[in-house]
Amino acid sequence: MPILRILLVRLLTTAITLAGVAVIVFFVIRVVPGNPIAMMLPPGATEEDIARLSALYGLDKPLIAQFGIWVSGVLQGDFGTSITTRQPVLDLVLGRLPATLELSIMALVMAMILGGAAALTGTRYRGGRTEGAIDVANGMALSVPDFLWGLVLILLFGVLVPVFHISGRVTPSLDLPFTTNFYLFESLLRLRFDLWADIVAHMFMPALALAIPLAAIIGQLLKQSLKETMNLDYVTLARTKGYGETRVILREALRNAALPTLTLVGVQFTFLIGGTVIIERLFSYEGLGNMAIDAVINRDLPLIQGIVILFAVIFTAVNLIVDLLYTVLNPRLRHG
Amino acid sequence: MAEAKPLDGRSLVRRRAGLRLWLSAGWLALLCAVALLAPWIAPKDPLAQDLFLGRLPPFWVQGAEPGYWLGTDSLGRDVLSRIIHGARVALTVALVAGTITCLVGASLGLIAGFLRGWVDLVISRLIDIWMAFPPVLFSILLIAVLGPGLLSIIIAIVVIDWTRFARVVRAEAMAQGAMDYVASARVAGRGRLGTMVREILPNVLPTIVVLLTLEMGIAVIVEAILSFVNLSISTDDPTWGGMISEGRTSVHQAWWVLVFPLITLFLTVLAFSQLGEGLKDRYDPVLR
Repeated sequence: MPILRILLVRLLTTAITLAGVAVIVFFVIRVVPGNPIAMMLPPGATEEDIARLSALYGLDKPLIAQFGIWVSGVLQGDFGTSITTRQPVLDLVLGRLPATLELSIMALVMAMILGGAAALTGTRYRGGRTEGAIDVANGMALSVPDFLWGLVLILLFGVLVPVFHISGRVTPSLDLPFTTNFYLFESLLRLRFDLWADIVAHMFMPALALAIPLAAIIGQLLKQSLKETMNLDYVTLARTKGYGETRVILREALRNAALPTLTLVGVQFTFLIGGTVIIERLFSYEGLGNMAIDAVINRDLPLIQGIVILFAVIFTAVNLIVDLLYTVLNPRLRHG
Repeated sequence: MAEAKPLDGRSLVRRRAGLRLWLSAGWLALLCAVALLAPWIAPKDPLAQDLFLGRLPPFWVQGAEPGYWLGTDSLGRDVLSRIIHGARVALTVALVAGTITCLVGASLGLIAGFLRGWVDLVISRLIDIWMAFPPVLFSILLIAVLGPGLLSIIIAIVVIDWTRFARVVRAEAMAQGAMDYVASARVAGRGRLGTMVREILPNVLPTIVVLLTLEMGIAVIVEAILSFVNLSISTDDPTWGGMISEGRTSVHQAWWVLVFPLITLFLTVLAFSQLGEGLKDRYDPVLR
């Protein structure tokens, strides 16, 4: 019963949040100066041409009416037509979504590996120089945002020791046999490891830049809760059985220490996804964020709306899932 | 705070934290001085172009020209002078945007956390909505609406980042509001506004100061990101982000155009954040 109630309340607040995002983005971008219609017509177009095209995109109606048309369209899965490319917004956005998803998930996995390794090593050698060094590295990683790490990586692995690609998603001259836009995933399924390696070499630096700050957060939190767990009675018991320190950490402590970290990773993951916007720009990676910045520069109003809404849906969905997971995994809340 | 001292080497940690505090404060003070004195200490005019002096390397590399210590960009503008003048924009944004964001966010958080009820409901819902926007995209969108310029950047930062303060201060004001001293103040006849400003605010202040320091670092980054996507100030004016943007495109031909502004930006962001962390360790029982 409590779970059902929590679920209902959360779904309701999520709906309110998304509605709020829709209202704000719609009216904010209507204030953007510059007529998108005039920009898409060749110079020398008459007033009449502009008026006709405006009518075609519904831009001649009053704002409230435009909003009503857009909302009723969105609710039926129609996000309108992009002004610059003249393709349906939904197709464009869904076409780019896999690239951003793959990048975000790769970054999340990297962050978990790096942060987990830092926490485990720090706990294993706690109180010594190793832990001190890990703390300093964590502090640095946390203080500097993904954008700057991306630039540092470009210099290190793109210029100084050029081992990775600094722009794009895949080498353009390659022949791609893919039917979906999940390049990383599909290249594995098709056993095309040559393509897979090329894609990873493109994604490595942007993913790492996104991963570094999150890895630091995971490292700090997990180490803290691991160290607390190490003082609990059942861990001492495992030690008296004669298990080695490493085994005690991995087998006994980790399982209990992971839960508080996992819940925080969820919220931080939305920050990571938000970071893809500028990181994709920095690495000329053809994902949603890069398309969003182009859409703003080109004043492509329907496309901007579609992308922002999609980001908001992803953010709220991640938060919702984490909240529910936490409720399910935490026995105190489940029976509370 | 009675501590079990030497066992866990806490005194060492404290000494290191003190060093961290002084180093970051020192760097920021130096930067402020440089920004204030920019017209007098910059060796060249940051806007002066000379196509015959394009892409000169820094002084220790062969082919360098005396007087251009850190080299020149593709238009022959002096990198060092542009970094020095860029400090003005960065610090202005950090101080002004940081302070206004702090005032707006902390007030809203304080009001929501102390008054509770429907005010809190509205503010919390707004925070939720704000958290559902990707912040970088939101800021780019706002600059597109407001038009480029220093004022627009400041407004964009305030509009986007007030939630950082509001969230933390709200939670803290709620916790403080439930304490006995607040109840006694009310019993002693203090009004609601008086209690909020005289009793709760002083107790939340250390938290706010730490958040403010961190926010200043964030503001510097936001300005750099906006300059990077060419939406900040006019493209001629020297900003670190603008220089980085130019350096990124010519990184294989002239690495110094990217490296030096990047180091400056990196150290500045690090300094703000380490200053905040250091202050937190020392004075703030809440965030610690």
